[in-house]
Amino acid sequence: MKVLVTVKRVIDYNVKVRVKSDNTDVDLANVKMAINPFCEIAVEEAVRLKEAGTATEIVAVSMGPKAAQEQLRTALALGADRAIHVETDEALESLTVAKMLAKIVDEEKPDLIVMGKQAIDSDNNQTGQMLAALSGMPQGTFASELKIEDGKALVTREVDGGLQTVALNMPAIVTTDLRLNEPRYASLPNIMKAKRKPLETKTPADLGVEVSARTKLLKVEPPAERSAGIKVDSVEQLVEKLKNEAKVI
Amino acid sequence: MAILVIAEHDNAVLKGSTLNAVTAASQMGDDIHMLVAGSGAQAVADAAAKVSGVTKVLLADDAAYEHQLAENVSLLVAELGKDYSHVVAPATTNGKNTLPRVAALLDVAQVSDIIRVESADTFVRPIYAGNAIATVQALDAIKVITVRTTGFDAAAAEGGSAAVETVAGSHDAAISAFVGEEVAVSDRPELTAADVIVSGGRGMGNGENFVLLENVADKLGAAVGASRAAVDAGFVPNDMQVGQTGKIVAPDLYIAVGISGAIQHLAGMKDSKVIVAINKDEEAPIFQVADYGLVADLFEVMPQLEAQL
Ligand SMILES: Cc1cc2nc3c(=O)[nH]c(=O)nc-3n(C[C@H](O)[C@H](O)[C@H](O)COP(=O)(O)OP(=O)(O)OC[C@H]3O[C@@H](n4cnc5c(N)ncnc54)[C@H](O)[C@@H]3O)c2cc1C
Repeated sequence: MKVLVTVKRVIDYNVKVRVKSDNTDVDLANVKMAINPFCEIAVEEAVRLKEAGTATEIVAVSMGPKAAQEQLRTALALGADRAIHVETDEALESLTVAKMLAKIVDEEKPDLIVMGKQAIDSDNNQTGQMLAALSGMPQGTFASELKIEDGKALVTREVDGGLQTVALNMPAIVTTDLRLNEPRYASLPNIMKAKRKPLETKTPADLGVEVSARTKLLKVEPPAERSAGIKVDSVEQLVEKLKNEAKVI
Repeated sequence: MAILVIAEHDNAVLKGSTLNAVTAASQMGDDIHMLVAGSGAQAVADAAAKVSGVTKVLLADDAAYEHQLAENVSLLVAELGKDYSHVVAPATTNGKNTLPRVAALLDVAQVSDIIRVESADTFVRPIYAGNAIATVQALDAIKVITVRTTGFDAAAAEGGSAAVETVAGSHDAAISAFVGEEVAVSDRPELTAADVIVSGGRGMGNGENFVLLENVADKLGAAVGASRAAVDAGFVPNDMQVGQTGKIVAPDLYIAVGISGAIQHLAGMKDSKVIVAINKDEEAPIFQVADYGLVADLFEVMPQLEAQL
């Protein structure tokens, strides 16, 4: 079974982003970047499938600026076999990414595609579902468990009411939630080995996809700040404040 | 052209989140149709017809839609959606699952999780876990939108008298199947609908200790929530997670107990009207957003709080 995983280069999750003073966007200059945490979980899941003998090959794909190759090298160090980088400096919307991925899926013909449920920069939560639509595949989104059985993907999904399990024909798309697994750290020897694993570069034009903007970012502002309130000394005082000052109980 | 709002329901009850989506839709235009896609969902359609502001209800009743499988429902919504200016759904796990699939089938962008409507094509949404607020203009002819329910008041559930029209036919992609579900049953209000929430974090130590929060919640008619750390550790189930990647809540009162206040947790609750933090570490970042902070051992003060309510 061949597994395709996608990785996105995003701001490190520990970093609190700042808005540019001209309100055109957030400021990512000199900010620590990393692999999107949900994508890391996707890579880990693919590696576990390979270790269990279910998967035979893992292809990692990323789209974006040249620097995204760092995140592909991370995926290779974690256990992906080879990588495809679609290089562009243009801002990519989810639909464009899904269209390019659909082209790669046509070429690579994976049996399973594992993606993060959302990227922690745009917080869109769209690309996996869009790719599923374009490729005519079923989707198991927000997965907390994945089993491959009798040619189907059994996916347990984290939904508002609890957990839901679906059976998907393959090829299928799975998007990861936080509890699917706990990603490993790449070992030093594996980081070294990853440098020699194949990484192919393409452009959107190679895939025949035009990068077009369907939305326009008009402005980006900082959120309304909440100011810290007061410290109370006792439960009595807390209850008194909630009753008489805040009037919420 | 009219706006199509996708109803959130369980084939029996129209969920409250739909009402927030209707309010958002009403700020985009005034002819609002609501689609109820389900199986044996006549009661939901009847409830939808009464929602104030809804001018027509479309009922697509078929076994293929019973469990809201995105593969099937998206085919239906994309077909109907062609004739609308906007397709709108609440940003529930159902809305998030199905709507991007609809957008791709319609070859349009989706604007996710909006908290404000500036005009019929311009929307405001949080990005980067709410650390930046973007204003986005959607350029496609059909706008596909998911609505963060805390950003909009609920439309009145009564007062409307829309006609219910049946949508014939069935869209069964036949590539996915429902196997089962584990639905949490609780007598407490739903997290996203509660006026008061008491949430516990890693500081709770284990799942049994959540009874300390439940006792307080019972006194306040509150829902009980949790941080990711508490869910990951197996203290409580996933549907209780509040945050960037869990549920987004904005109750009148949010009491965070043994929660440090990571960016990702704050993203899910910092729009609450009043925030109380109980934490034994006075440096915990949660105190930076709390209206009332109590530096104390939760095991000491939670029983006191219960006794004093
Ligand atoms: C991609 C991604 C998405 C995420 N999404 C979410 C999300 O949606 N929601 C979320 O919550 N987190 C999310 N997180 C995790 C987040 O970064 C934090 O790890 C998490 O919120 C920490 O939970 P916590 O505050 O319970 O635990 P900790 O940070 O460990 O804090 C525990 C607190 O309990 C206090 N404490 C301990 N014992 C006591 C006691 N006896 N009395 C009083 N106080 C006590 C401690 O002082 C400490 O402040 C996400 C992380 C990533 C990477």
